[in-house]
Amino acid sequence: MSKIHTAFEKGKAFIAFVTCGDPDLETTAEVVRSAVANGADLVELGIPFSDPTAEGPVIQGANLRALAGGVTTDKIFDFVKDLRKDVAIPLVFMTYANVVFSYDAEKFMARCRDCGIDGLILPDLPFEEKEEFLPICRKVGLDLISMIAPTSEDRIQKIAKEAEGFLYIVSSLGVTGTRSEIKTDLESIVAHVRANTKIPCAIGFGISTPEQAGKMAAVADGVIVGSAIVKLIEKHGKDAAGPVGEFVRVMKEAL
Amino acid sequence: MNNSKGRFGIHGGQYIPETLMNAVQELEEAYEFYKNDPAFNRELTDLLNNYAGRPSRLYYAEKMTRDLGGAKIYCKREDLNHTGAHKINNVLGQALLAKKMGKTRLIAETGAGQHGVATATAAALMDMECVVFMGEEDTKRQALNVYRMRLLGARVIPVTTGTRTLKDAVSEAMREWTSRIADTHYCLGSVMGPHPFPTIVRDFQAVISREIKEQMLRAEGRLPDAVIACVGGGSNAIGSFYHFIEDQSVRLIGCEAAGRGIYTKETAATVNTGRLGIFHGMKSYFCQDEFGQIAPVYSISAGLDYPGVGPEHAYLHDIGRAEYVPVTDEEAVEAFEYLSKTEGIIPAIESAHAVAYARKLAPQMKKDQILVITISGRGDKDCAAIARYRGENIHE
Repeated sequence: MSKIHTAFEKGKAFIAFVTCGDPDLETTAEVVRSAVANGADLVELGIPFSDPTAEGPVIQGANLRALAGGVTTDKIFDFVKDLRKDVAIPLVFMTYANVVFSYDAEKFMARCRDCGIDGLILPDLPFEEKEEFLPICRKVGLDLISMIAPTSEDRIQKIAKEAEGFLYIVSSLGVTGTRSEIKTDLESIVAHVRANTKIPCAIGFGISTPEQAGKMAAVADGVIVGSAIVKLIEKHGKDAAGPVGEFVRVMKEAL
Repeated sequence: MNNSKGRFGIHGGQYIPETLMNAVQELEEAYEFYKNDPAFNRELTDLLNNYAGRPSRLYYAEKMTRDLGGAKIYCKREDLNHTGAHKINNVLGQALLAKKMGKTRLIAETGAGQHGVATATAAALMDMECVVFMGEEDTKRQALNVYRMRLLGARVIPVTTGTRTLKDAVSEAMREWTSRIADTHYCLGSVMGPHPFPTIVRDFQAVISREIKEQMLRAEGRLPDAVIACVGGGSNAIGSFYHFIEDQSVRLIGCEAAGRGIYTKETAATVNTGRLGIFHGMKSYFCQDEFGQIAPVYSISAGLDYPGVGPEHAYLHDIGRAEYVPVTDEEAVEAFEYLSKTEGIIPAIESAHAVAYARKLAPQMKKDQILVITISGRGDKDCAAIARYRGENIHE
């Protein structure tokens, strides 16, 4: 087991997502440190992918900006190693199956362990395909995070029973991106999850305001915010650390 | 891989977001039921024969045979189908299946526009709503097909992400499907994507090889020695190969779009230049960089301009049952002109890739050998673009 559970031990967890290398790795480092200083309990570090099929326009844009800026998987491993000198909270990678597969999964997981990554989220790796990477993750003590969607229904039980780290509950249909309203019956989904596992669950997709964050935190153990943070980075560029920190502080207070 | 489904050797699988898993499983269940349902099959056969115009002709290309001086050449005329390409075979099957599943809306990706036109056609026929995603670059290359789709009542959404071509259209259609599943079927146009699509599309396209076999036995009393088809995702090729896979004497040859050549970066020849990866729901071969970023591929043909290949083709390559050869833009354009002048058949620029390889292979074969080329589509849509390639200032 990784240390991911520690993110959920001080009340409701705020999970921040950033795309590594958008606009450059120096800015990403400042943004992560600022998010941590303002109360983020866990950070999802996105390794950019050329064709992120689960992302909406905001995070797609961040992926392309990062790749255009020359970031690579190798540079991101070095960046995390450096970040680990003063960032102690759990960190997970969020990327796509091909980024891991093409790097050589054994080598990828070993480097994750060496640089201090605690878990891995792959939105294009459903329950049926997790054997692709799970045995390798287990070997190095990395949690492979499972996702549950509004359409999961009967699948919730088997996914939850084998889940590790935390469960990523997708708030709505569609891709990532801010939404004015979340209509899914998350109470019953979370109840179904809790009947099958003791690990914490966090809700993500579409959360951008303190009101939404508060509502979601009342249902689950944590909230995940991506596009709203990426939008701030898009707007402020190299000066994003301040505005992101302020945003994280306000969101964390609302939980 | 205890839970994984839809494997062709190591290829295939279902690498898609959790949001779509129930949808693909429902599709699989529905397909498993209806493929054996006599009423469904009667209805589909009726549509294929009386609406799409099947069976398509197996035409003996006598002049081409004489000119090349080797194998006897037959053309499987998928270009004569309604809507002008093999795409209609798959679309009628999937649209009928979607209708049985209670879906009222079809979404599709398209490259050259042929699959989009076929989907828009089926939607019009079956009273379904239709939305087609097409790379912005391709909406320019194939403007006439955009108009056709709109004429048929479909909404065409130009995709402005990534390279603005077929792969981006697939990504966008997948994104759309995750946001609207209940009433929507994603009518995927090739033997790619997550299980069960590669199998469903193959089964609906297998009518091509079933007919070739029957027609060839009637015409020549024996099987052909080689079957040649172009490969993007690979649906007309797998359809042309499928009923010959067990017949080891029949060479199966897929022609990939080499663009400006396989030693340049401007190529889309996946089996020849790509490596194993996971993308668009499947494990297969993909053009990609050392970090797994999908390559911005290139071909003159919008329909073959895709960085991956269907998982069953990847498997047929692995076991050595089928060969995959690269054909450049220039060779394809020459073949486009050659078939037009020699046989009076204007092939789609995609199909011209198969014709180009046949021109190389036929002279090396004996006169008593038989070669079949699948002409997957007609080339009217390509005339303006090829004229421009040749330096003529023609616009549609």
